[in-house]
Amino acid sequence: MLSFTELFGIALGAILVNNFIFAQFLGICPFMGVSKKIDTAMGMGMAVIFVMGVASAVCWPINHFILEKFNLVFMQTVTYILVIASLVQFVEMFLQKAMPSLYEALGVYLPLITTNCAVLGVVLQNTQNSYGFIESLVYGVTGGVGFLLAIVLFASVRERLEFAECPKAFEGFPIALVTAGLLALAFLGFSGLKVF
Amino acid sequence: MNVKKQFLDGMIYQNPVTVQLLGMCSTMAITTTLFNGIGMGISVLVILTCANIVISLLRKIIPSKVRIACYIVVIAGFVTIVDLLLKAYLPSLSESLGLFIPLIVVNCIILGRAESFASKNGVAASALDGIFQGLGYTVILVIMCVIREFLGNGTFGGGILNGGDGIRLIPEGIPALGMILPVGGFLTLAVVIAAMQYFLNKPKKGSDKKEEVAK
Repeated sequence: MLSFTELFGIALGAILVNNFIFAQFLGICPFMGVSKKIDTAMGMGMAVIFVMGVASAVCWPINHFILEKFNLVFMQTVTYILVIASLVQFVEMFLQKAMPSLYEALGVYLPLITTNCAVLGVVLQNTQNSYGFIESLVYGVTGGVGFLLAIVLFASVRERLEFAECPKAFEGFPIALVTAGLLALAFLGFSGLKVF
Repeated sequence: MNVKKQFLDGMIYQNPVTVQLLGMCSTMAITTTLFNGIGMGISVLVILTCANIVISLLRKIIPSKVRIACYIVVIAGFVTIVDLLLKAYLPSLSESLGLFIPLIVVNCIILGRAESFASKNGVAASALDGIFQGLGYTVILVIMCVIREFLGNGTFGGGILNGGDGIRLIPEGIPALGMILPVGGFLTLAVVIAAMQYFLNKPKKGSDKKEEVAK
């Protein structure tokens, strides 16, 4: 049976130890692309938490009751990406009708999430680790929380980076990567952390 | 059709990783040994070329409203083929690349080239574009692998040469393990891109090239 410690372990792992950005290199493109301001970084992070959670919840039954049952596991990648793409589209339409304020806050980031490898990554990892439904859901949501943490931390450093002086060749993107590298070094300190 | 220009674009002026800044997840994640780098580079090259050809063939049929979904299905199909082929014939590569083979589906390079090149150009040009962009990606991967493997592990050609262990250049214990860890990925890519910006800005003092890089 699932115990609370087990779920807590999964959550802690997803947020800190195996942080999607700094330890697994998943979702670097949006991480680099929308981290220029803290506000937008927050919006993106929230959207990712939501989509990762829902994608985990939707893909688990599909994999369990359809793909595995009918021996179609080789179609996993295709199925998952289609599910994620249509899910993002659906969420976009739903939010537009039901919660226009949230829809506007998320703006262009919603459609971009389709190609965020963290979302496909989390679903594939759920399958690989043969997580159950609850575990998948927890891993998806907390993975998103880890993403939010990383992108907000990074955005707040990057806002100040704008005014810093650095060698000409490093201007713009490379210096941001160096910053991310140092953050990754800090996150390395969490490796080996275990709750049980 | 200008083969030489396409070649130079793919390798240098429009290099997918260092200039267009696409597909960074895999670039940083798997470049720990030469074997991984070459394997990943070739997988992406094959998928990119095939996807470019098919999308270019279908470019007049696909309605523009649902084009992204169509591209993703085409790409996912080829990724599945490559994934299964690697599992069957190169299980060791498939194991060490792990998650990043199926994740080629959402590699922005392939979707980016489909959107910006294959959907507007003929089949032959698109195929060439796929090959050259794939080569540009592979070259950057190989450069990163060589740097990271040398500094982090002290070897060259891990996974291929010397029975898979690679040729040892620095005695054990000295190399900085951090270069193999995620930190090294970020730092190495930063240095490679910085070197590229330096190189692109240097020969021509004109501002047009610089703006291109700054984007």
